[in-house]
Amino acid sequence: MIRSFLRQRVAHQAIDPEDVVQETLLAVHLKRHTWISDAPVMPWLYAIARHKLVDALRRRGRRTEIGLEGIDELAPDHTPEPLLRRDLERVLDMLTPAQRAVVAAISVEGCSIAETARRLGKSETAIRVSLHRGLSAISARFRRD
Amino acid sequence: MDTNELIRAIAADAGRPAMPMGRAWQLAVLAAILLAASAFLVMLGPRHDLGEALGTIRFPFKFVVTVTLAASALVLLRSLSQPTATALDRPLLLLLAPALLALAIAVELLIVPPSQWMVRMIGTNSRFCLTFIPLIGIAPLAIFLATLRYGAPSRPAIAGAVTGLLAGAVAASFYALHCPDDSPLFLAVWYTAAIAILTALGAMLAPRIAQW
Repeated sequence: MIRSFLRQRVAHQAIDPEDVVQETLLAVHLKRHTWISDAPVMPWLYAIARHKLVDALRRRGRRTEIGLEGIDELAPDHTPEPLLRRDLERVLDMLTPAQRAVVAAISVEGCSIAETARRLGKSETAIRVSLHRGLSAISARFRRD
Repeated sequence: MDTNELIRAIAADAGRPAMPMGRAWQLAVLAAILLAASAFLVMLGPRHDLGEALGTIRFPFKFVVTVTLAASALVLLRSLSQPTATALDRPLLLLLAPALLALAIAVELLIVPPSQWMVRMIGTNSRFCLTFIPLIGIAPLAIFLATLRYGAPSRPAIAGAVTGLLAGAVAASFYALHCPDDSPLFLAVWYTAAIAILTALGAMLAPRIAQW
């Protein structure tokens, strides 16, 4: 749903709607306490998506101002991958080693909190804290690049 | 990271309860009042003729204005800290305190002879006022900006300005206990200027602090 909302508004090839979808999902999660429990959800959801989209466009604007004329010729032709696609490694690289281990175990390998705690030899509370900080760090980092 | 992997991580993190915004603002106001009160008591303290002053009309009226301003700023700020906020939902709210003050000024001009107008407006303590309202208000401003950061303001500069207005109104409510100048003419010039300093500060800082 968020994806289709954003797809409709992203005509730009340089912005991967999926990146904005991910940023929106993270923001919805990290800012879930800003939803007032008796207010309708959709306007709130769309407001967050719009905010993240505007943010991405603004960053993209800033990027083009730097001027990348001629860079297309340097890059090989067979790269249809959007410019801003963030792969798993890049996202995880943003984190501290402890956060990275936790986020990777849960997201990529699909472990539960309890399994991750057992595997890394830490308490479940410590795992929860690392996970939450990791997600906040990813969101903050998305904003910058 | 692919979106499904991200969703898995988010789902695992969703068990943590997050404090609702309304509660966060309540706590922030409480903390701001306590900090402003401490700063006021350490730096200034109430004026000596407090008992007599309470019997007048002008002195209590200062609090009618500052508390009205604080209340309307708080109401606006609660909606401005949401992602759904538009520029200013209820701009008329912000005119409430200035309207009360304008009314009081009209009365003051009627009952005080013109020769006294400038004297009342300049007062005895204007530099004090311009120094101490921002000083008392700085800790409340920090707390309100932190609360704004916890929220998700869609218009951070406007939200920041209202944050400064709230901090200024809280600070002015305490400073008014000390200030010997009770004329609404004095209020309109010097209190307004002092609160404007905090308002500008809030508008400048919030876009950086409350980014999300």
